[in-house]
Amino acid sequence: MPSTIETMQESNIKVESISANVPIIEIDKLNVYSKGSHLLKNISTVIPKNKITVLLGPSGCGKTTLLKCLNRLTDLYPELKVKGSIRIDGEDIFDSGKDITTIRQKMGLLLQRPYPLPMSIYENIAYGLKLKGVRNKKIISEKVEKHLREVALWDEVKDRLKTSAQRLSIGQQQRLCLARGLAVEPEIILADEPSSALDPISSRVIEEEFIKLKSDYTIILVTHILRQAKRLADNVIFMYYGEIVESGPAEQIFENPQSEILKEYLKVGH
Amino acid sequence: MILSRRLIDSISSKWMLACLTFCLLLPLAIGAGLVFKSMPLLSSHKLSELLFSSEWYPSDNQFGFWPFIVTSVWVTVLALIISCPLCLLASIYLTQFAPKWFLKFMRPVIDILAGIPSVVYGVWGLLIIVPFVGDKLAPFFHADSLGYSILAGAIVLAVMTIPYILNMLLEVFRQIPVELGEASLSLGATKWETIKHIFLRKGSSGILSAFGLGFSKALGETIAVLMVIGNVIQIPQSVFDSGYTLPGLIANNYGEMMSIPSYDSALMFGALLLFAIIIVINVIFRYIIYKSELV
Repeated sequence: MPSTIETMQESNIKVESISANVPIIEIDKLNVYSKGSHLLKNISTVIPKNKITVLLGPSGCGKTTLLKCLNRLTDLYPELKVKGSIRIDGEDIFDSGKDITTIRQKMGLLLQRPYPLPMSIYENIAYGLKLKGVRNKKIISEKVEKHLREVALWDEVKDRLKTSAQRLSIGQQQRLCLARGLAVEPEIILADEPSSALDPISSRVIEEEFIKLKSDYTIILVTHILRQAKRLADNVIFMYYGEIVESGPAEQIFENPQSEILKEYLKVGH
Repeated sequence: MILSRRLIDSISSKWMLACLTFCLLLPLAIGAGLVFKSMPLLSSHKLSELLFSSEWYPSDNQFGFWPFIVTSVWVTVLALIISCPLCLLASIYLTQFAPKWFLKFMRPVIDILAGIPSVVYGVWGLLIIVPFVGDKLAPFFHADSLGYSILAGAIVLAVMTIPYILNMLLEVFRQIPVELGEASLSLGATKWETIKHIFLRKGSSGILSAFGLGFSKALGETIAVLMVIGNVIQIPQSVFDSGYTLPGLIANNYGEMMSIPSYDSALMFGALLLFAIIIVINVIFRYIIYKSELV
């Protein structure tokens, strides 16, 4: 009996996932090498729009490297050799004719620890807007308020917008970094273990933000916290030693893992 | 056994404190000594006259330090105007653009530059810079100069301060986290925008400290400047004029002409002036750094 139910569920999920998943990122045969070591091995996958896709896996398995490939921050590390293709909205980001700053503005980045820019709270958010060429002060002010509200920070900082962003608590800083990323109106949010340096309450706030944001954005979340992955994921990509071991809808990955290593990971993680 | 470990533990912090106290007392002792030695001059002359008079006739008991102060500050500021932008751009290139092996290669080069004795810089200035200023630069600007000038001193001094300022700036830029750059780039900034708006701002207090150290180093530099600046007691009217710096005055004259009354005391007062200028400049830099850290 249970096996038929499982099969039914599975087929339902598959039908649903196929119909609702519009790809926003297509990764094809991506390989990354660094000084003789092969960091990412033949990664091919599709990341659907308006979903939370979780990159799951143990530390050092290449999750962060994959994330950095997506907005070509790998350019900063000359020792990394990247081969393959990544298409975002159908455009190859490694195409040398493309303007890298425009590609990067399609993605907001949230790092493990918050790195507020060395300026005021207001300027932190205005920075990206100014880079986009927005000069109108009224529009900038409106956007600053809008995005600070979006991350539930407005009420906490509205009286001290001109003070240094460094003086916020670490949880507030991380939300500011999220707001800063949202201000450039990206389509995708790249989050690299965004709550690993935060206390449980701040990290819960970030998680709640993600759930709210996914109707407007595509979120790619790197984490090694299994419970967080279960709470948030629509899709999961499980990586191990630079390879995608398994990927698919969250229910399938968590309830019906195929590979031994994923079964082991899920068991230990409980 | 436990007792001796505890004893060592309690003593350890004490002797560190003793070392620190020694370091702190040293400048105080030097300052006090200079004040004490310059007392005879200060008691017989008005301070304003010593500072702002241009009459330097020791045999007539006239000691006006104004030409020396002007020359010293002028040479130093000019040297920093040359070396600071140079070091800033070089350090940005080395930390942000250059391959890692090049930075590794540059470090010993900088250390060698710092280790060259200043008299060697002086000789180099004498053989290369002085003729260059006298024969090439001065005619180009329609100025009359033998080459022994403020400008020659400033160029030599600028080269001498480069290793110090550059070394500190490299450290400043190395300490800025890579992630801050990633954050700025991911918001759509170009590399240059990231450097201009984020790195220079983040490093501003360190950059100012480096310039402050360069200033102190340059103001106190003696022998190399003395060899190329001409040592003429006058208020220089242009960068092609000769001058005489405070350290040069002390180095050239101490131990000679001691038969002149108050001369010894006047030279000590010159040293005290240097000391005071360095303190004032440091306080100003500290204040600017404090202000820049508030943002």
